[in-house]
Amino acid sequence: MNVIRGYKKDDEEGGKSGPFQNLEKSTVLQEARAFNDNVLNNKKCTLILTKILYLMNQGVTLTPAEATQTFFAITKLWQSKDITLRRLVYVSVKEMAKIANDVIIVTSSLTKDMTGKEDQYRGSAIRALCVITDNTMVQAIERYMKQAIVDRNPSVSSAALVSALHIFQRGAVEIVKRWVNEAQEASTSDHLMVQYHAIGLLYHIRKHDRLAVTKMVTKLSRSGLRSPFGYCLLIRIACKVLEREERSSNNMLYDFLESCLRHKNDMVVYEAARAMVNLSNITARELQPAVSVLQMFLSSPKAVTRFAAVKTLNRIAMIHPDVVTSCNIDLENLISDTNRSIATLAITTLLKTGNEASVDRLMKQITSFMSEISDEFKTVVVEAIRSVCIKFPRKHHILMTFLANMLREEGGFDYKKAIVNTIIAIIEENSEIKDVGLSHLCEFIEDCEHIELATRILHLLGREGPRTQKPYKYIRFIYNRVLLEAATVRAAAVTSLAKFGASCEDLLESILVLLERCLLDNDDEVRDRALLYMEVLKQKQKSLSSAFILNPISVSVVGLERALLAYCSQPNDDPFDIKTVPIETTPYNETPKSIGEVTTGGSVIKSAPVASKHDIFVEQLSAIPQFSKLGPLFKSSDSPVELTESETEYVVRCVKHTYLNHLVFQFDVTNTLNDQLLENVRVEMEETEGFSIISYIPIASLPYGQPKTAYTLVGIEDNTIVSGTFLNTLKFIVKDCDPNTGEPDDDQGYDDEYVLENVDILLSDHMQRIVKPNFAASWEEIGEENQTEGTYALSSMKDISDAVKQITGFLGMQSCERSDQVDHNRTSHTLLLAGVFRGGHEVLVRARLAQTGQVTMKMTVRSKDLNTCELVAAAIN
Amino acid sequence: MGLTISSLFQRLFGTESMRILMVGLDAAGKTTILYKLKLGEIVTTIPTIGFNVETVEYKNISFTVWDVGGQDKIRPLWRHYFVNTQGLIFVVDSNDRERVKEAKQELDAMLSEDELRDAVLLVFANKQDLPNAMSVSEITDALGLRDVKNRTWYIQSTCAVQGTGLYEGLDWLSLQLKK
Repeated sequence: MNVIRGYKKDDEEGGKSGPFQNLEKSTVLQEARAFNDNVLNNKKCTLILTKILYLMNQGVTLTPAEATQTFFAITKLWQSKDITLRRLVYVSVKEMAKIANDVIIVTSSLTKDMTGKEDQYRGSAIRALCVITDNTMVQAIERYMKQAIVDRNPSVSSAALVSALHIFQRGAVEIVKRWVNEAQEASTSDHLMVQYHAIGLLYHIRKHDRLAVTKMVTKLSRSGLRSPFGYCLLIRIACKVLEREERSSNNMLYDFLESCLRHKNDMVVYEAARAMVNLSNITARELQPAVSVLQMFLSSPKAVTRFAAVKTLNRIAMIHPDVVTSCNIDLENLISDTNRSIATLAITTLLKTGNEASVDRLMKQITSFMSEISDEFKTVVVEAIRSVCIKFPRKHHILMTFLANMLREEGGFDYKKAIVNTIIAIIEENSEIKDVGLSHLCEFIEDCEHIELATRILHLLGREGPRTQKPYKYIRFIYNRVLLEAATVRAAAVTSLAKFGASCEDLLESILVLLERCLLDNDDEVRDRALLYMEVLKQKQKSLSSAFILNPISVSVVGLERALLAYCSQPNDDPFDIKTVPIETTPYNETPKSIGEVTTGGSVIKSAPVASKHDIFVEQLSAIPQFSKLGPLFKSSDSPVELTESETEYVVRCVKHTYLNHLVFQFDVTNTLNDQLLENVRVEMEETEGFSIISYIPIASLPYGQPKTAYTLVGIEDNTIVSGTFLNTLKFIVKDCDPNTGEPDDDQGYDDEYVLENVDILLSDHMQRIVKPNFAASWEEIGEENQTEGTYALSSMKDISDAVKQITGFLGMQSCERSDQVDHNRTSHTLLLAGVFRGGHEVLVRARLAQTGQVTMKMTVRSKDLNTCELVAAAIN
Repeated sequence: MGLTISSLFQRLFGTESMRILMVGLDAAGKTTILYKLKLGEIVTTIPTIGFNVETVEYKNISFTVWDVGGQDKIRPLWRHYFVNTQGLIFVVDSNDRERVKEAKQELDAMLSEDELRDAVLLVFANKQDLPNAMSVSEITDALGLRDVKNRTWYIQSTCAVQGTGLYEGLDWLSLQLKK
């Protein structure tokens, strides 16, 4: 089945066509010899040159020798005075300059053309000249560039400004900085494009000097620009500055944005509105003026303006739906817009802002033209439905039916994925509708060409199916997959079946029969899985089923591969210890996925194992000889801690790495003083109880602006102490240096130090989060041998959901079974947490919370390691 | 057939064309010569990084003159302009006694190039107005022109700034073309 589909797809892609199809490189290069003729045929040369350019743009590569020969042939075309041909020559020169040698041969000709009388040559000649001139030669053309920037002809001036920007970005920074005066003059030009390009260049020259940029924006905005492009650019620059600093400290820029909302040009007004919407931390009230102008655009006769406005309003509606409510009447009018993209965005915006009663009507309206819009906009509709689901839980049934219909229709992978994600999200949110949702998904996998989605749904069925009232009705759908699909899907189906067997005793016998049939499968993976599950299920032991079927090991795949390689490479009689493998890191926000989160791509499915942040750290740390014997890296702290204010002379960030018996503190240090070179930079830490400082790895030399890393290695002396506070001082030798070259003025430096913020070590630094899909099974699996229990009054927490958040964060463990979602109407809640303690000890926590005036908690901790249990229990005190 | 008629037509009524390559050491005066011929006036020049190309009409012949820069780093690139060259103009600064040997080496190297075997050689002994200038016969000897075999050559004393000798050179070239 799949094979046939694969072929069909290939057939659909037709061959390429065009006037130049089937061009041969060697033939064309042969033809280029005509350029050497004494009398040139302009038409013929134009055609040949076009062919060469076509080939190069099709990805045909020329060897340097071929390119050089062709390039010199092209230079012969300078004897022709044909304007079209000459302009084509400029384009070719730019293309060839990347590969051919000795391209400086056209320098004289280009400088002549750029200063000559023919205006049509001048701009293009400047562009070509700047491409063939390397950074060491720029000085030779400096005089011409300065003149060209202030040339009266706008096309010349623009070309020079843009080329200057290219040269600047190529690294010839110092030379281009000398052209500021000329660029300044150009920024007052009457021509719209010149002014825009001049502002662009000026900004890039000053980009790293925040004060100068702010000054430039305020000065230019005060004097007023002619060019709307210039305004748009200024708005973007202003946003960049505002992003980096507190808005309150730069009211001038904010006022500028607001004043642009009253500009007479639509483009500027839209840009300003969009900029304000994109500002982080903007309040609903501050958005009001931006929304008002967008509302006006909604009734614009231009489709483009309407589209831009409704798209931006759609984005606002995700965060501040109330502000957009005022536009509802205008949006209603757009539902019947002839442009379907506008209509889609209008409806999806209304879904977010409207009331419950209008949902049915709007859904009906979308259905009427769903078949006419592209996948991309269908996905927008799906995302909107997702957000409606949070707002109006009572509408789940209607929306679910709608989604099921969409699933049945044609559509690409991303679209289908968005639908499946939304259905899953609804199922997880609302248990009443779980049965309906699961049967829709079952129907979908009956004819699903996307392996990724099929396996995902099978996984979900395995988890959710056994907990429904009639688990048996899913078995048929799952077993059909074993018969019909590709090996990957068959393997997923086998796993899913096994989960039913492990959870539902009355189905066990039938499942064993089905699994036995799978033993005849022609794929190794499918057979292996079936055999393993059969043997485990036959034992009928809860703890075995839990460990092998319901809660599989959660290690990082990359880490497992690395650990196995290391194990195999050294002769060793000990068995492989799975506890040495780093645990797969589960970021807080990834699981459980809340229905409320609006993702743009909806990418919940984890694709192929990629090197995570953890793996990057492992690589960096294992390269350092002092750390190579510490064993595997257990955990790295999530986000770096700032040990300085961000505006100070030296910026230091700390990442904590935990090993079996050691801690490594990684300090990323940046020197922000351009007249200082720092040497022997290290962060000295004061010892605290239970920890001892073993060694420092300093930064030998720290020049301005390049972040480098120093490390401190700390040993964990006492396994019963997990927390502590370290006092830190940054120590170094300062050498004054020349800000431009970075060369120190003399070899003598002096010692200096700088006090940093403290670093805390907490229980969560020793704890790795893991997911237990079936918490109860794991709870039984560990047993109550080392169980500790305690009751606590949590006076500092204001309600249950606050307590849940704080406890989860404090322990650094993963909440399971969606127990982080607190029902606000109830006064009690059970929080289930799972984690792995340093050393590979699994630990589970069950916390029963109740609110009677203040929050009280009864916490039960289970682990196979007694010490771990006690540490976790003690940490709460 | 069409080609024969058009070339015949050109021979009877139109202008003939001749491709000239003008080279020589740096600061010999090549660019000045080119623009004196093209515009009839003296232009201020800067060292040519690359080439200049102009068409000069004289006696019903259209001379396409390629003036390629003479700096050391450009000299190896002269060879790219040898193809189809009918006349080679070698410009010598008559006043630069020290580098006349270097000029001879460059000239010799070029004359041994296969692609230039059919090109006639015209030497411009330029800057004759300067007091210390070498005479035509001195330069002929210094360049070893008398030893040049299998090639038509001619040496012309010129002074680009006054314009003397330039058209005599072109006269000789046109004569060679007609032969």
